[in-house]
Amino acid sequence: MGRYIAKRIGMSVVTLFVLICLTFAMMHAIPGGPFTSDRNVTEAVQQALNEKYHLNDPVIVQFGNYIKDLLHGDLGMSYQYQGKSVNDFIVDGFPVSGKLGLVTTIFVLLASIPMGIVAALKNGRWQDMLVMVIATLGVTIPSFVIATMLMYLFSYKLGWLPTFGISSWKSFILPMVAMGGYSLAFLARLMRSSLLEVMGQDYIRTARSKGISEFKTITRHALRNALIPVITVLGPTIANLVTGSFVIESIFAMPGLGVHYVTSINNRDYSTIMGVTIFYATFLIAIVFIVDLFYCLIDPRIRYE
Amino acid sequence: MGIPDKAIQEADINRWASGMEEFMEDRETILEIKHLQTSFLTSSGKVKAVRDVSFSLKKGEVLGIVGESGSGKTVTSLSVIRLLAGTGVIEGGEILFDGKDLAKVSMKEMRTIRGDRIAMVFQDPMTSLNPLIPVGKQITEMIEEHNRGMSKAQLKEEALKLLKLVHIPEAEKRFSSYPHEFSGGMRQRVMIAIALACKPDILIADEPTTALDVTIQDQILKLLNQLREEMDMSIIFITHDLGVVAEVCDRVVVMYGGRIMEEGPVEAIFERPSHPYTQGLMASVPDISLDKNVRLVSIPGSPPDMLNPPAGCPFVLRCAYGRNICNAKVPPVTEIGEGHCSYCWLLTPEAPKENNPYK
Repeated sequence: MGRYIAKRIGMSVVTLFVLICLTFAMMHAIPGGPFTSDRNVTEAVQQALNEKYHLNDPVIVQFGNYIKDLLHGDLGMSYQYQGKSVNDFIVDGFPVSGKLGLVTTIFVLLASIPMGIVAALKNGRWQDMLVMVIATLGVTIPSFVIATMLMYLFSYKLGWLPTFGISSWKSFILPMVAMGGYSLAFLARLMRSSLLEVMGQDYIRTARSKGISEFKTITRHALRNALIPVITVLGPTIANLVTGSFVIESIFAMPGLGVHYVTSINNRDYSTIMGVTIFYATFLIAIVFIVDLFYCLIDPRIRYE
Repeated sequence: MGIPDKAIQEADINRWASGMEEFMEDRETILEIKHLQTSFLTSSGKVKAVRDVSFSLKKGEVLGIVGESGSGKTVTSLSVIRLLAGTGVIEGGEILFDGKDLAKVSMKEMRTIRGDRIAMVFQDPMTSLNPLIPVGKQITEMIEEHNRGMSKAQLKEEALKLLKLVHIPEAEKRFSSYPHEFSGGMRQRVMIAIALACKPDILIADEPTTALDVTIQDQILKLLNQLREEMDMSIIFITHDLGVVAEVCDRVVVMYGGRIMEEGPVEAIFERPSHPYTQGLMASVPDISLDKNVRLVSIPGSPPDMLNPPAGCPFVLRCAYGRNICNAKVPPVTEIGEGHCSYCWLLTPEAPKENNPYK
């Protein structure tokens, strides 16, 4: 087990390095640079800026400098916002995104798994139909549409919930529902199909032949088996939700991390692009790793060497 | 008729050596099935899997149910234990056990019988155990369900006894192993241990050896034979392997197309198969001494469509002696010998003599 963990960490570092190389190369391949914006600056000023930020150095030298700083935990200064470092963005933005993501993850899990279970056990009946309708809507309607509709109903018409900011716990409800919609629908469908499949397995028939109640058959024998595929997709889902969504955070004006994913690319804010990408990747790798470890707790057939 | 000599010999030795026949005579009937009808409601119609099946099982007896796939043998046994899949329904008949009609008791009552009084071993040991639960726990679960108030230590002790009973080596160590750490034969032993956990009156074994290789098959059959004698329980043994029937059964019910074709003591069935279908089955048993270039004998044709089964004898379309009456009406029962019955028009007193092997 210890060897396996060490091996996985080593592999993660390699993955991360390849990812940094690719992102760095692609970023520099996009035409333009941090200072070729729509503002009209003279050639001389442009040159001076590039000089100051070492943007005239060969790309490989820039890369070397970046890695050196990165190893010191310094993600660099933003090219766009004066006096702001990328570390600041993450320190300021991640708690907001993380909090929203965590709440959304809990909401998604608490809603989707029971929904999937009910749909599977009431297969073909109205409960199943209802869950499947919700699940189909959740997958097909984009989150920004859900967000707008929720805002219209609960904020504008009913006036129950705020439309923006992070002033109170109430501010998190609408973004949570809007952002979790897709994952909720996806996981509910997965749970349903997985449980349906498990309920048809021979060992469920064996359990029934023992004379144990249907409730025990489901809780002891079916659910754990049915959860295995759900756990598989949980890693990327949690990472996605927790690292923030550009769309949802923009709509609800939440000062999270998500906004930087998109704006930094438009602005050619090199250090921010690198910073948030590395942060997201590290987070994703870590969560997937943790989920993999959880796997062997639930499934004895999986042993890590 | 090419009856396999070896099978007869084995059957003879097994039976006559133990004098089981007379022994069975005065034994009480433990399970009686009368006119059982079970169907599956599917989108394309009603599949009448079991049609008017009646037989009884005596205490301590091993009853074989033989037939090809789709003959209704498994559905009959699943009806007894009420484990039919969602679309299956018992449409008529009675399943009398312990003064109750199992076809009509509530599911709650059925659960107290399942496992405790009637237990079942299934065909595929590779998929019949829950992969996430240690085998020991899968055994104790059964004991606990029907013997409330046993302590954990007692439960474990019971389970260990069972594992030893089915010859699992190092039972203590194996108690906390998971199913994937066992071979197919070992898993089937565990399944048998689970089924025996509450010392059931009836054990239903649904092709328990079909998924296993021949040497393991032999071990499992010997084990079942030994346990039957030690525990004095009745066994319903479902199989399509006539060699297995000869080895373990006292009495045989031959099924085809959801109906009983012939029923009788094992030696009578092997010696004097009296239904054309049974004769066909016997003829199909390969003989190891035959030249390998000789084609194996088979019954021509394929089983009937159970959505629209023939009104009369289901075997009529494949029967060499089939005639109009066979197609139109279900044949009556004819008693051929002591406890030996056959359902064939050829055997009735009114049957004409031409193209009739029995007259």
